[in-house]
Amino acid sequence: MVGRTAQCEEMTPAIELRGVTKRFLTPSGAVFIALRDLNMTVESGEFCAVVGPTGCGKSTTLALISGLEPASDGEVQVDARPVNGIIDGIGYVFQSDAVFPWKTVLENVAAGPRYHGVSTREARDRAREWIARVGLAGFEDRYPYQLSGGMRKRVALAQSLINGPRILLMDEPFSALDVQTRNLMENELLGLWSGSRTTVVFVTHDLEEAISLSDRVFVITAGPGTVKSNYKVDLPRPRNVAEIRFQPKFSQIYEEIWNDLRDEVLVSYERQKRGAA
Amino acid sequence: MNVRNAARLRVLPRARDALAARPPVDLAARRRRQGQRYRLNVNALRLAVAVIILGGWELAARFPTGHDWELRVGHLGLIDKFFWSQPSDIAQTLWHWIKDGTELGPLGQQVLVTMEETVGGFVVGSILGVVFGVVLGRNRLLSDVLSPYIKGANAIPRVVVGALFAISLGLDIKSKIATASVLVFFVVFFNAFQGVREVDRNLVANARILGANNRQLTSEIIVPSALSWIIASLHTSFGLALVGAVVGELFGATQGVGELIYSSKNLFDTAGVFAGMALLAAMALVAETLITALENRLITWRPPVATEVKI
Repeated sequence: MVGRTAQCEEMTPAIELRGVTKRFLTPSGAVFIALRDLNMTVESGEFCAVVGPTGCGKSTTLALISGLEPASDGEVQVDARPVNGIIDGIGYVFQSDAVFPWKTVLENVAAGPRYHGVSTREARDRAREWIARVGLAGFEDRYPYQLSGGMRKRVALAQSLINGPRILLMDEPFSALDVQTRNLMENELLGLWSGSRTTVVFVTHDLEEAISLSDRVFVITAGPGTVKSNYKVDLPRPRNVAEIRFQPKFSQIYEEIWNDLRDEVLVSYERQKRGAA
Repeated sequence: MNVRNAARLRVLPRARDALAARPPVDLAARRRRQGQRYRLNVNALRLAVAVIILGGWELAARFPTGHDWELRVGHLGLIDKFFWSQPSDIAQTLWHWIKDGTELGPLGQQVLVTMEETVGGFVVGSILGVVFGVVLGRNRLLSDVLSPYIKGANAIPRVVVGALFAISLGLDIKSKIATASVLVFFVVFFNAFQGVREVDRNLVANARILGANNRQLTSEIIVPSALSWIIASLHTSFGLALVGAVVGELFGATQGVGELIYSSKNLFDTAGVFAGMALLAAMALVAETLITALENRLITWRPPVATEVKI
């Protein structure tokens, strides 16, 4: 772990957002500012989590890094190159189901390699490997509607990881799962990640999930979002997310970050109440 | 619980094992029996509806013609069979057509001609509709430029183009296919267009992240996604293709079920008109069954709706 950190410092950061602002035009013609002057640096190989209240622009941040959305102002860089348009080497696990409902599990996972010009046969072979790795062996010919929510997330994970992304963006991937399935998936995610050099940006509203998974936690302010603070989580790895929360150090970190996050959650909550009234 | 099971209960140490020992209720068999009974009921009721409607029609048409009745109630008949015919006459006409052929030639040929025109128009109209729908759905500028023209064309009662085609394409199959395909085109086009527009943006984003280029995006995401819309439109558009073919025949033809109806009309043969209508209905029902089969074949990825009643 120590050696790894030292190594990271010599390298250019995997992701760098400098003074990024994102404005949207609402259907009524008003300008909505999702992010304002956001600065964020993620080291290569780091697992970082982004937490913040509802509607603070967490998902927008991921859309900017992936190149799905352009920044209105400021600069987004991946591997020291400015992002304009979708870049190669990115994996994206969406919040809602984004596996293709008309493709079987096998075809869903094989899609990425096929789009990159790999022959159908080889893409399928590689897909089978990944399906087994996420624990879905035997389900290759099922359609997504025949799977549970947790299994669909595994498909989405395999679908993203098969492309061997340098950067994996995850947008509240497990928020729709029940707690047990969620802990299971989190542990498996850590297992898959630890064997790779992938940089992960994991968006969540759940602080416990953020701390137990990541090396670093970014706290985003209530919208327009900007980074309020970031915390290093130096809990030992490998971790078991179901148990790590019992460590005294965990609650210490939790309390520290929660003090920061609470104010933002309250601001967001007040705003929602006023909006509803 | 019978005596033997009760005895076993005492022997077995735990109640759970006793439960397991009880003969299991075959839920699948029960469900199957219920389903069979339900389908039987539906079919019996369908038959009853047919008997009531056709029987009522027949009786209402026959009622005043009996000699005794005529003396008492005169011509206060509920239905005048000269204008409205009656089921037995229609059946007779159909039987006569099947056995001796129609005045235009063998019945099978008339049906075949109309079917050819219908299927031809259906295929041409559907393909054009899907292609234009997908292209315009994917291209904002093109769809904005063309939309007033398409809406305008759609607002015209389109069967009148049959008159135009009868002149320009002649009285053979071409003019009927053209008329039918115009009717089909707009329905399929609007559905394909809407289907493309309604594609889940998450799926598109996911495909692009995974590396899909524009062509792959269209063929693997956009079209499959729009397919449920397109196929839904095929159900209605086959009926429209039939309308187009028959209208085309009315504007001038030598063969076909529409022409059969037209010539029956000229002879004041209402039974012939109804017999032609019955033939068209039968053709539409057969086609509907085929399209449903195609739909089930193409869209295997959709969850089956267990309680769906097929109409």
